[in-house]
Amino acid sequence: MTTTAPDVRKTAKPAKPKRGGVIGNTGLYLATGVAGLLFLVPFYLIIRNAVMTDPEITGEEWKWFPTSIQWSNFSEPFNDVTVDFARALWNSVVVAVLHTSGILLICSMAGYGLARIPYKHANKVFYAVLVTLMVPTAVTFVPSFVLVSSLGWVDSYRGLIIPGLFSGFTCFLFRQYFLGFPKELEEAARVDGLGYWGAYWRVVVPNSLNFFAAIATITFINGWNAFLWPLVIGQDPSAWTVQVALSSYMTNQTVNYHLIFMATAISILPLIFVFLFLQRWLVQGIAQTGIKG
Amino acid sequence: MSTTTTRGVAQPAPAKVSKPRPRRGLRASSTFNFWLFTGPFLIGLVIFVFVPIGWSIWLSFFEARFTVTPSEFVGFENYRQVLTDEDFLNSLVTFTVFAAFIVPATWAMSLGLALLVNRLRFMRAFFRSVFFLPTAVSYVAAALIWKMSIFNGVRFGLANTVIGWFGIDNVAWLANPDPPWYWLVIVTVRLWLQSGFYMILFLAALQNIPRELYEAASLDGAKPGWQTFRHITLPQLRATSTAVILLLLVAAYQAFDEFFNLLGKATWGQPPLVELYKMALGENQNYGAGSAGAVVLTVLICLVTLLQGKIMGFGRGEENK
Repeated sequence: MTTTAPDVRKTAKPAKPKRGGVIGNTGLYLATGVAGLLFLVPFYLIIRNAVMTDPEITGEEWKWFPTSIQWSNFSEPFNDVTVDFARALWNSVVVAVLHTSGILLICSMAGYGLARIPYKHANKVFYAVLVTLMVPTAVTFVPSFVLVSSLGWVDSYRGLIIPGLFSGFTCFLFRQYFLGFPKELEEAARVDGLGYWGAYWRVVVPNSLNFFAAIATITFINGWNAFLWPLVIGQDPSAWTVQVALSSYMTNQTVNYHLIFMATAISILPLIFVFLFLQRWLVQGIAQTGIKG
Repeated sequence: MSTTTTRGVAQPAPAKVSKPRPRRGLRASSTFNFWLFTGPFLIGLVIFVFVPIGWSIWLSFFEARFTVTPSEFVGFENYRQVLTDEDFLNSLVTFTVFAAFIVPATWAMSLGLALLVNRLRFMRAFFRSVFFLPTAVSYVAAALIWKMSIFNGVRFGLANTVIGWFGIDNVAWLANPDPPWYWLVIVTVRLWLQSGFYMILFLAALQNIPRELYEAASLDGAKPGWQTFRHITLPQLRATSTAVILLLLVAAYQAFDEFFNLLGKATWGQPPLVELYKMALGENQNYGAGSAGAVVLTVLICLVTLLQGKIMGFGRGEENK
């Protein structure tokens, strides 16, 4: 008996070792390694250019490594007189944080209402949300700008944040998620005397933190990286976000390479942090939903 | 005293009223709760999505320059103007060319990366992160790296340095539409930025393919490699592939950031959104024509989406599961 069992396993196995043979494996890791290096080159270039001097960057000979790291470059974007980079950075922090928390609050509640609270017109409401998915938000920027400017919200945090909070797609994702949330948990809470409101905040949300984290990560990245809407709304440099500031560097008359790349590096840094700490949820969220706004 | 009265009232009440009360109360309270939960979102949706769309359609029939409260009704004049505007029509061509490059390229690349990473025994998480990392980078930052460092048209650009090793002269990648090298720049930016994201989708789908399928195939004599890929992996990925292609197409339609930053003042290679931006928010501030253009684009996107759904059999893959 004990001798036959390994035999069965041996006969079932051959397909796998072939795949992972020494040559196959070397080739596999070689291909992955080369692709990985190519993907990392742009990151390396940002760092390289950020700590070099301009003459070194624009020199006759291509240098993979700086002869010496220019530590003074780190403060340069903040000393630049043409673009208030510190202000732009702060604007981005405010916008991305409020954008993310607002979307989580508003869209999760709406998604829960649509998924769980019985109401005879709920289907009609849901169709109204679905219709907005067909209209890409980027296409509505002209009328949205018209609306926001007539509200007098140009160059303000309100204008930057509020119109983006009502994402039909995020609401839809929350609804789908809550449909699959175990009903028994909520019913137990209801029996204990909690209303919808209490059950939602004390039972549903605390048990859905993984999903919230996934949506939060993706929403934060999208909020931080948004360009078109902040460009439209930020008419005055004081309302620029980091992305708009970076873009303005490119159209400036004088190109200051190390400054531009240092600013770029600083603008990417917060997201790399978000990425490293929250990657698990990010991957999970994307795998579950396949989203990007 | 007060505690005893509340207790006295509360105690008999549930027993008596418990049958009719929860029903009536539940329905009323669930209607109230429904609006409590969805109300804030719906109000915002109406104000910031439906009103702009309606306003846009309304504006598109008016002469509206520098003003959002126009008075002169012009019928389909704005539409005629947009549909005969050479720049706008060119932008649709640009989009078509762009989509024809970027959609298959990203599909193939993200699937390829997923297949590679999926087969790794160790360092899988590391390589997954490496390919996924560009997702964190904005289009603006990536455009900056591509324009200023990699595809800089001067001798110190990385691309020119590399081709210089083979004795090829500098290429002005972005400054010249003929030959159209700018496509290489634009397509590679997006490929770098979004492949990792779609790779995650493919990885998830690959891991959902039942092992038994491969075992059954090997018993039937299928060789691992191309044969199993062609007859098992690819069909099993059908639903994911369809979704990925749809997402890629919509994303391509909305391309703005990298074109705006890479080709800023160029007259060539401008996608529809950049043209709309110039039309409505440029020096003319022609909201009427801009709105008409937005309506035309929206209709086109809806048509493409529906058409693709028909052709690719959207949702059919799920039934097969």
